[in-house]
This record gives sequence, structure tokens and C-alpha cells, in this order.
Amino acid sequence: MIFFWAFVVGGIICVIGQIMFDVFKLTPAHTLSILVVAGAILDGFGLYEPLIDFAGAGATVPITSFGNSLVHGAMAEAEKHGLIGVVTGMFEVTSSGISAAIIFGMIGALLFKPKG
Amino acid sequence: MADKKKKNLPPAAQKYKAFQQKRETKRPILKNCVKAFFVGGFICLIGQFISTFYIYFFDFTEQTVGNPTTATLIFITMILTGFGIYDRIGQFAGAGSAVPVTGFGNSVISAAIEHRTEGFVLGVGGNMFKLAGSVILFGVFSAFVVSIIKTILIQWGGL
Repeated sequence: MIFFWAFVVGGIICVIGQIMFDVFKLTPAHTLSILVVAGAILDGFGLYEPLIDFAGAGATVPITSFGNSLVHGAMAEAEKHGLIGVVTGMFEVTSSGISAAIIFGMIGALLFKPKG
Repeated sequence: MADKKKKNLPPAAQKYKAFQQKRETKRPILKNCVKAFFVGGFICLIGQFISTFYIYFFDFTEQTVGNPTTATLIFITMILTGFGIYDRIGQFAGAGSAVPVTGFGNSVISAAIEHRTEGFVLGVGGNMFKLAGSVILFGVFSAFVVSIIKTILIQWGGL
């Protein structure tokens, strides 16, 4: 059942992005930035975690979960060390996305030649 | 905002703008949304399969499985981007391939491959986060603001 909800919720988040592209005529960079900020704010109100429980990868794969996990890491560290933890813990949870992008980006640049 | 911009333009430019707006091809919004829904949903479905695989065969819980799933998806994106397949998916699906984390990976990896002719330090290193940089900047800053507010409310507000 979680496969079905992952498909539907993930699809709906992408449709929201498509509507921002087409109806509001935003560039992809603007759209993705807005979605990340929306994810962070939703997690601030504690609304993103239930969505992950409900939809699994449907909520963790779209870029909104990047904002969510940034807040998550910051809050987990802030509970231990107070305000300074907000800065030190920010990338705790989300490190894999960025490090994977950097590592595979470098490997890709070594392996592939640009086309065109 | 739009009216203000219009007033500053010379009359010929205003005429051109009206002409351009009339001639602009209408985007098939509904069709694009359907495409984005199915492609985006399909990518999330693949992500769910990978997550289930990691939960079942390795010791990950539902809370921690997001990290290896993200890394695996970005790895797949690297291969698809390198062979030029992801661009075609992107042309077909629009936001359906841009919004999932694979779109983030694609923007980093394609920038890295594209600029390697300018050398590895200035080309690859300097341009890698050209597109993804804004996502990281606004993500980090908004997360900072949200977390600061929440921490203050919890610690001094007794929330």
C-alpha cells in the first residue's frame, strides 16, 4: 500500500512544481527554492513527519524533504546544545544528498565527456 | 509590479510586449501536469522500492532509510545524465523530473560534466553548484530561521 501512496504523493508534489512552472511562470531554480523553503516551514510546524510516515519515499524523494531534514538535524542538535546546535547540527541528517551529489558529480565529470 | 514595469518602457516596447503576449504559444498546462504526475510518481515509486530493499536486507529503519535512498538515486542519475538520457526525460516531464532529488543531482552532475572543458578547478569546481546553489542557500537559511524560532519557543517559551 505504501507503494501506491508513494506514487500518488510524489506525483502531487511534482504537479505543484509543474503548476509553478506553467501558471506562475517561475524558473526551475525559483520553483525548487520555494519548495525547499516550504519543506522547512512545514517541518517547523511538525507537519512533514506524518507525511513521511504516510507516504514513505513519496515524501522523502522530492526536494521538499531537503528542507525538512535540514530543520530536523538542526533541531536534534539544538535540543542537546541550545542555540549553537542550530548551526552545528544543520547538515547532520541531510549530508548524504549533498555529499552524494558532489562525489558522483566529480566521478561523472571524470568519466563522461560533454555532448554537443 | 507589472504595471510599473510597463510604464517605464518606451511605447514601441509596450506594443511589442502586447504583440508578444498575443502570439505566445499557450502552454498545455493540464497535459504537462499529468506528465509531471506520472513521471514524478514513478521516480518516487523507484525510491520506495530502493527504501524497501534497504529496510529488508540492511539494518535501516523507516526514519533513517532516506539517506541511502537519496545516495542511490543520485548514483542512478549520474549514469542517466552521463549518457544524456536524463535530459530527454526532463524535456518530456518538466517538473516531474526536476522536483525529485534526482533533479537536484542532475543539475549538479550535468554542470560538472558540461564545464570540464574549462579545467577541473575553475570549470568543474566553480560551476558545480551554479544551479543547485540557490536550493542549498535558501534551504539552509530558511531551516536556520525556522529552527532558531522553534528553539527559542521551546527553551524560553516552554512550548
